Amino acid sequence: MHELAVAESVVSSVLERTGDRRVSVVRLSIGRLAGVVPDALSFCFELASGGTPLQGASLEISEAHGRARCRSCESDFDLDDPILLCDCGSADVLLLSGRELSVTSVEVA
Amino acid sequence: MCSTCGCGEGGARVSALDERGRTYDDHHDHDHGPGAGAHGHGSPVPPESGTRTHTLELEVAVLAKNDELAAANRSWLAARRITAVNLMSSPGAGKTTLLERTIQAATRSVSVVEGDQETLFDARRIRQAGARAVQVNTGAGCHLDAAMVARALARLGPDEDSVLFIENVGNLVCPALFDLGEKRKVVVVSVTEGDDKPLKYPHMFAAADVVVLNKTDLLPYVDFDTGRFTADARSLNRHVEVLPVSARTGANLEAWYEWLG
Repeated sequence: MHELAVAESVVSSVLERTGDRRVSVVRLSIGRLAGVVPDALSFCFELASGGTPLQGASLEISEAHGRARCRSCESDFDLDDPILLCDCGSADVLLLSGRELSVTSVEVA
Repeated sequence: MCSTCGCGEGGARVSALDERGRTYDDHHDHDHGPGAGAHGHGSPVPPESGTRTHTLELEVAVLAKNDELAAANRSWLAARRITAVNLMSSPGAGKTTLLERTIQAATRSVSVVEGDQETLFDARRIRQAGARAVQVNTGAGCHLDAAMVARALARLGPDEDSVLFIENVGNLVCPALFDLGEKRKVVVVSVTEGDDKPLKYPHMFAAADVVVLNKTDLLPYVDFDTGRFTADARSLNRHVEVLPVSARTGANLEAWYEWLG
């Protein structure tokens, strides 16, 4: 349940920038390889935002595909699990993205 | 655990053990007043409907605060030439036994930050093995974070030119996500857990600098395919080294000591 700690970090990083202003929407981008479960995070966000200006805000999560590059056949491809394997059979794969976990924007009153 | 909000973070306790095994606690201030920032519990503010809102672009990394604290830990440790090793495993894989052996064989000063949800059991074992230790009890928390390690380091005061082990909470999931400021990450797996663990807990194995395969003295009694285990770990982490050892019998621990340097 590290999603609770992640939810607390979401709340604190938003509050640092929005202060006392009421926030109605928080938008997150989560890479598929970030190790965070969106449903669990949404549940924890309700708990973590309670009693703050974020209380009741809706959480909009966009999940980003991981991207990887095969060093053998030099192609780039999407990767949605951490198993580093290219369709060509090579495991010599460089992870380019997919571990992001960021607040992209918020709606403030 | 914080009794007001139920969060795991605020409830972490750091306990140091003196030479006689007595403990003294470091009480963590946990602000619940209004305006307390991220972790405040002021009056609830109901959302208003029908109010015009505007979009504020943020683009901030959610774990930026933890990562900043981890970076501060890392430079504090580097300035003192302290090699910090983050030990992670499921409960019962043998992290503490491995540490007891390592302390007894060590040529450099060793100190340990012990993470568990509750009890001082492990810090006591480390002290008995001859090293200094502080215990971090995370309460409901399932992992250590950089802030807990910073508090533990202040209490522990590790020697310069030493080795610091951070024994994370037994859990193959959450600790993978939190940078503590360590130099290297070690995953300990015991053969009794089964050879399917890398693919079941891929994030942990993807993050490891080395995998210690413990309890090899039990290999004759369990169905554990070391070849499959190693191949699966490397499908997640191409060059990761797998060190088969038995912390109980001492078999092949030389390879572990050599890896530590």
